[in-house]
Amino acid sequence: MEVRINNIRKEFDRFAALNDVSLNIASGELIALLGPSGSGKTTLLRLIAGLDFPTDGKIFFGDEDASHHSVQDRHVGFVFQHYALFRHMTVAQNIGFGLKVRPSASRPPKTEIKKRVSDLLDMVQLSGLENRYPNQLSGGQRQRVALARAMAIEPRILLLDEPFGALDAKVRKELRRWLREFHDRTGHTTVFVTHDQEEALELADRVVVMSQGKIEQVGSADDVYDRPQSPFVFSFIGESSHLPVEVKDGTVLFQGEPIGLSEGANTAGDLFFRPEDVVLTDESQALSGKVTACRRLAGTRIAEIDIANNGHAPFHVEVEVPLHAPVELGAEARFRPTRWKIFNK
Amino acid sequence: MTASATASKAGWRVKQPSIIPGFGLTLGFSLAYLSLIILIPIAGLLWRTAELGWSGFFAILTDERTIRALYVSFGTAFAAALINVIFGTILAWVLTRYRFPGRRLIDAMVDLPFALPTAVAGIAFASLYAPNGWVGSLFMPFRIAFTPYGIVIALIFIGLPFVVRTVQPIMEEIDREVEEAAATLGANRFQTIFQVLLPGLTPAVLTGFALAFARGVGEYGSVIFIAGNIPYVSEIAPLLIVIRLEEFNYAGATAIATIMLLISFAMLLVINLIQAWSRRRYGNV
Repeated sequence: MEVRINNIRKEFDRFAALNDVSLNIASGELIALLGPSGSGKTTLLRLIAGLDFPTDGKIFFGDEDASHHSVQDRHVGFVFQHYALFRHMTVAQNIGFGLKVRPSASRPPKTEIKKRVSDLLDMVQLSGLENRYPNQLSGGQRQRVALARAMAIEPRILLLDEPFGALDAKVRKELRRWLREFHDRTGHTTVFVTHDQEEALELADRVVVMSQGKIEQVGSADDVYDRPQSPFVFSFIGESSHLPVEVKDGTVLFQGEPIGLSEGANTAGDLFFRPEDVVLTDESQALSGKVTACRRLAGTRIAEIDIANNGHAPFHVEVEVPLHAPVELGAEARFRPTRWKIFNK
Repeated sequence: MTASATASKAGWRVKQPSIIPGFGLTLGFSLAYLSLIILIPIAGLLWRTAELGWSGFFAILTDERTIRALYVSFGTAFAAALINVIFGTILAWVLTRYRFPGRRLIDAMVDLPFALPTAVAGIAFASLYAPNGWVGSLFMPFRIAFTPYGIVIALIFIGLPFVVRTVQPIMEEIDREVEEAAATLGANRFQTIFQVLLPGLTPAVLTGFALAFARGVGEYGSVIFIAGNIPYVSEIAPLLIVIRLEEFNYAGATAIATIMLLISFAMLLVINLIQAWSRRRYGNV
């Protein structure tokens, strides 16, 4: 099911949690809403589900305007952060609930419900646990029961709120891969909320980066990591450092001195670059500073460098240095970004 | 599961392996305290009853007046507890779910039956529900006061806070997400309340019922004013005990008390077992 979100605005007591948000989700896509807490990502998910209603704007499911349809009428599968399983029901009763509460005209017969439940249990690899109660399951199992329960009603879209938030790192990784396979198998349009960028980049077809009630950028993992369109995206996704610079006559100046970079238009702004997009150099036109720390991070080595700032607090940047040539603490390091972007002030 | 299994096993050992010190001291204190407050008085009760011998005991047990009094006591307490479960749960729902002016006042009023001398409540009810009272006159010719219905009304008053105060905290803990989950699955409000929310409250409701019921069985002060105390009709067992005492028939009084004790104990035991069962199913409540 294709979903179109048109100029949505949502206010809570005058506070705009979402401000003029538009997004098109193609049928069968796996979309991540990524952002820090308070960025409005969960609010957007709840608006799509119909658990909240927009102050302004419209939501379309295909060609149907669903903006004012109740949550019951939208037929969405929603998986809650803390699973929200019914603890007085067995796993099988939880999964079958959505079918059991249908009006008698569209309710499948008991044997049919039973078969559907057992198929779903197979699908989430929990066969044999149908008579357990939720408090007898592990976190990862509960998560999969919640997913099976949401899938039982044959939802038009699947919405997941921080689906792996409450799980430990190892289970989270397994479930992440499992969810991707699950999505590829079932082909449901899926939207999930996360604040974990690794999760979003690894899992989603497209990542929607949000901040302060607005969409900052929508794109593939490559797009948002390699071609960030705003200072927020640049600093929120991956590691980055930034320095105030000016551009005059096509040359980038830092503290009035050229640093060996060139840029088209004259401007003043912030120069952003990632630690891995930096080379150490001996040339005079370069950035330079004192190495204050050197950390080994798995397959890389990161140096922290302080650049003097005329008596003010020094600029702090991080650059990747070659593994085989560690820099000395306290030594002077000269470097130059190889990929960078300047955002106007 | 494993935690509760080991805990129950540890309960059977004299020395439990907890690292918290003072087990011997606190257990000793608990036993001495329970002995002084509960066990010794009850032992005295049984001792006094034993003076009667089996035949005397059976004579009192099978006496028509005793049976009727026990029937009235347990019947009215059961009915009142049942009514309290329904309306107490609704009251708890209103107090936890809605914010309205005067909510705190109503919340405080719920506790009044705890504090008010029960005799005062009894007299107030008697004058209100009497055939010529404000409320009682409305229901004429159906008589409320001075019949078992009056007893039920007094016991509803006495037992209400027990239900509200046990259900309320559990209701406050219900996750909003659970209700929303039911809605996303297509359940309407009615189905959400009756199939999702209320079953989750079962253990708390049972506890409230047991407390209100036990309190109602033992209630004396408020009931004697509104009951009319007609033997075989609206005479409660505690009153019959007092009557026997006034006749200096101590063995007769303790015999009725012993019967009440046994029935109450059996009923509370059954309720406790149901609670333990539902707790095992639903997790800790």
